[in-house]
This record gives sequence, structure tokens and C-alpha cells, in this order.
Amino acid sequence: MSEPISALNHASYDGIANVRECGLQGMITLRGDLSDKSLAKAVKDATGQNVPGQREALVSGDTGVCWMSPDELLVLVPYAEVETKLAAMVKALGKTHTLAVNVSDARAVFTISGASAREVLGKVAPVDLSSEAFQPGQIRRSRLAQVAGAFWMDDAETFRVVCFRSAADYVFKLLKVAAQPGSEVGVY
Amino acid sequence: MLILNCPYCGVDAEETELAAGGEAHLKRFGPGSSDDEFHDYLFMRENPKGVHFERWRHANGCGKWFHAARCTNTLEVFGTYTAQTSEPPQDIKDAIAAKRPGWTWREFS
Repeated sequence: MSEPISALNHASYDGIANVRECGLQGMITLRGDLSDKSLAKAVKDATGQNVPGQREALVSGDTGVCWMSPDELLVLVPYAEVETKLAAMVKALGKTHTLAVNVSDARAVFTISGASAREVLGKVAPVDLSSEAFQPGQIRRSRLAQVAGAFWMDDAETFRVVCFRSAADYVFKLLKVAAQPGSEVGVY
Repeated sequence: MLILNCPYCGVDAEETELAAGGEAHLKRFGPGSSDDEFHDYLFMRENPKGVHFERWRHANGCGKWFHAARCTNTLEVFGTYTAQTSEPPQDIKDAIAAKRPGWTWREFS
């Protein structure tokens, strides 16, 4: 059997911040009524987290749940467990009007870490990334230059960025340019 | 630069994150309507200098459609509101009336 590898297989770049492709991450898109009890239970069973509020990201390591829109969540689980977690989730959801799909292989995940991480991401996304406006625990879906992307913060100096796998190479090169040595802007 | 607040995710999204969806509150005339009605539905649009209602989609974001009331002359935004309505809510109308007394737009005022 072929072994799954991520889009860029842990490619890394060191500039004013470190940009790294994280490797495989289990991801489940869950759509439905977020106030539904069986949905809340399915999320709790899979991740140990409650259903997040508007633009909340409840993530620790490679497990967690992010708010994507008023009827959509992104459930993060370890890659190896995604099929069993998904099966358990579908079972827990039963006949409620929901949709849970494994999208792990459709995505790529990056981390941007370092003191200038806010600057690097701020160059490519039309988002206020000042520490007053954006903090760990929040998720923002936006665009990374020309492609769609979402990001949240693991800690005060680390972003996790999710994009489509087909755009992984573009996003990596984009972040590499944004992180070039000597390219600090000094706004954040 | 136009900045609209998405009523679904609460983000102040700027223009490049959004996709314009044309005029708001169109009433569809399909099969069974007269040729004139269908023609008007298909082709006739407001082109105001002033208060205007539009549909927008938070395309690079939560992906939801919403409505916006703004001024085409000054780019001032009066407010954004849910897509699940066929007419502007009262608080939006009030906000416009406060800034543009006597405004009218199609059958709304």
C-alpha cells in the first residue's frame, strides 16, 4: 500500500520567521445546525472540545475544532485516527440533518513561527493582525494573496495556516517571499 | 476601499475578500409571467447616485451571502444585513433616513 505524504513533505524555510509545512493533519468538515445537541456531542467525543462560538478556534496540538461559518466547523484530529473518528461522528450524529466529510487530503497546513510571524502573514492577508485585534483562540478565514486560506494562532508567536492542497506550493513560496531576511516592516 | 461588516461572521471584510452580487431585493418573474415583466426582471436595474442596496458574498471568508446598504456617491456604508429577507430591515432604513432624509430606492423609502 502506498504511504500518504503531505503536499510538500515538511518543507521548511528560515527567514524573519520560520515557515514550515506541518505534514499530514486529519481534518473533518462538519456542517449542520451548530446549536444541535447531537452535533455538540459528536464534537466533544471527537476532540474533547465544546462547539466553538463565532470565529473561535479551540485547538491544542493536532486536535481541536474551529468555527468556519454559522453552519460549518472544521474538526482537527490526528491523521491516523481520522477514519475511526469520522465513523464515530457519523454514528453519533444519527439522523440529524448534518454532513461530516474527511477532507484531510484536500488540505495543506503550515506554521509560521517567530517574533515576526504577524508581519509575515500580515503582508499576504487583508486582516488586522495587531495583537489587540487577533489573538490565540481566534480563527480567521481570508485570502492569502490570491488563494483562500484560514489561520489561527497556537501561541503569541505561532500561526497555523490552512489552505487547499492544490495551492500548497503557491502558499509556501508566497510565505517564503514574505519572510525574506531583512523584510521586516515593523508595524506589529 | 469598501469595507463591509459580514453579518454572519462579524468580520470587517474589505473589498478584495468579497464578491459583488449585483442589485438586492429583485423579485423573480419566471414561467407564467408576461414578457414585459420578464424583461424588466432580467434587464432593468437601478443606477442611483446615492442610496443603493446590493448583494455581496463573503467569498474569501465564511462564504455567506448578505445584503449591504451604501451610498454610491460617497461610498458610505449604512449597514449590512441578512440575506434571508426580501426587504431592508427597519433599523437599516432608519440609519439611512438619519443620513439621507427623504431617500427612496425602488419601492422602499
